[in-house]
Amino acid sequence: MAANSEMKKRAAETRRRLVRMHKTGSHFGSAMSIADILTVLYFRVLRIGSPDDPGRDRFLLSKGHAASCWYATLVARGFAPPEVLEDYLADGSSLYGHPVRNGLPGIEASTGALGHGLPIGAGMALAARNDGKGYRVFVLMGDGETQEGSVWEGAMLASRLKLDNLTAIIDANNFQGFDCVENIQPISSFRPRWEAFGWAVREVDGHDHERLEEVLASVPFETGKPSLVVARTVKGKGVGDMEGKFESHYLSVPRDKIETYCREIDRAAGEEER
Amino acid sequence: MRQGFIRTVMDLAAEREDVYLVTADTGFTILERFRERYPDRYLNVGIAEAAMVGVAAGLALSGKRVFCYTIVPFATMRCFEQIRVDLCYQKLPVALVGVGQGLTYGTAGATHHAIEDIAVMRALPGMTVICPGDALETARAVRASLELDGPCYIRIGKSGEPPVHESEDFEFEIGKGCLLRPGRGLALIATSNMVEPALRVAEALAAAGEDPAVVSMHTVKPLDRGLLEELSRTCPLLATMEEHSLIGGLGSAVAEAVVDGNLPVKVVRFGIPDTYAPVAGSQDYLRELLGFSPAHVAARLKEELVEQ
Repeated sequence: MAANSEMKKRAAETRRRLVRMHKTGSHFGSAMSIADILTVLYFRVLRIGSPDDPGRDRFLLSKGHAASCWYATLVARGFAPPEVLEDYLADGSSLYGHPVRNGLPGIEASTGALGHGLPIGAGMALAARNDGKGYRVFVLMGDGETQEGSVWEGAMLASRLKLDNLTAIIDANNFQGFDCVENIQPISSFRPRWEAFGWAVREVDGHDHERLEEVLASVPFETGKPSLVVARTVKGKGVGDMEGKFESHYLSVPRDKIETYCREIDRAAGEEER
Repeated sequence: MRQGFIRTVMDLAAEREDVYLVTADTGFTILERFRERYPDRYLNVGIAEAAMVGVAAGLALSGKRVFCYTIVPFATMRCFEQIRVDLCYQKLPVALVGVGQGLTYGTAGATHHAIEDIAVMRALPGMTVICPGDALETARAVRASLELDGPCYIRIGKSGEPPVHESEDFEFEIGKGCLLRPGRGLALIATSNMVEPALRVAEALAAAGEDPAVVSMHTVKPLDRGLLEELSRTCPLLATMEEHSLIGGLGSAVAEAVVDGNLPVKVVRFGIPDTYAPVAGSQDYLRELLGFSPAHVAARLKEELVEQ
């Protein structure tokens, strides 16, 4: 229970940081939906002693438009000081709206053009296996992102190579550029397609820290197969004005709402604890 | 040239454990020896060029030196955004090897012709573009590419290309053109599979009393601007020759250097006009049809030299 309480506090801290970072720019909802996944990954699952340890687990944020949440999580993990977040989207900063490799310690790859992360992750997983290294590779994608053909090129290759040190996570918040994912392309059942491509699949509530940890800690789900975690999430999770709203893909946080939203996040974390 | 490539990659793989070869299911009869000898470092991703480049990026991020091999249009354009973001933006030292320069696959049709590749690869920040003139330059380029700390594109031919160097004993450095024939008055600057025709043009002009210089400009980016400046002191006429669109290739690069350097020369560019090959044909037939065969070039340059 104590562990769970720590996750709640960490995730709430990250969400508060996101509220403050998103005074400008878009993709607030996309970042909020993955706050729990990243918190559990970085505090419970990924084996990263330091960001330059050659034996560290690798994480790639293939849905690069949620970069702010990656930055805030790396700060929470202690890989960069909190002040760096004030540079988010600022002139002359390396904290772009989409992450650039080494923009902060722990940013493993430049992403933001969708559909690039899985093939890169497959290459990293292949290198790890060939080199006899025990590190694992995790790639987080958006649900709409899986409409990109290169995702399926990577999916085919990873299963053929039996890369069971590779785990993909889909942040299934069910929204993309124009509408619900399901209304653009009816793909969001995910499981049958990915199983047909040779992956072992589990589904989980992407905001349930205990379940996320349980599932992510049990990879590979099957020896000889890459693992897919379908994390069902709510876009904009944590701020009622934004939750489950398509517009949160584009909106920034109004300045006069910052404190209200932060209190709402704190209250939810506190209440759940009790 | 493919033999020059694979022989060199085999040597490099023997010397270094970090050398990988990745193909998108081309290279039949060429790559097998690598697959047999180094099965763990050989990967056929299938007909999936985006995955080819993405996996190469992942391997490079893990410290590997990767050669990606497939036919030019698929190596450069099918997966252009992966090249742009995964390789160039991240400054990863991956070598893309494109087979079939220019109209090498003449009868296959324009789907397989390489006429825009130099232009699009040259536009990418940090990309080195190397178009060897023969198998010897190919071997040297492949070896030298391992010294680069960013991505490169190596444009090669298939097989049977005549040599442009008399022996293996020549200086080769990425970014430095090879002066194959010294001369005065006119310099022929050629790249890739037009270097050998350029030597023939030079012979024809020499027979008519001219003394043309010939350069294999194997590196189109970064261009050897120093060499162009040097040539401009004795050669008021520069002619570029490339089996590539006249938009964005060697001729464009030379014209840019001439303008930027304010060089006192006239530039005449020979290459493929802004069109896809309208009919099937052998490489020689299409060069003739599209107006840049050695005979065309020699005739036009004779006129230019009279005017000078």
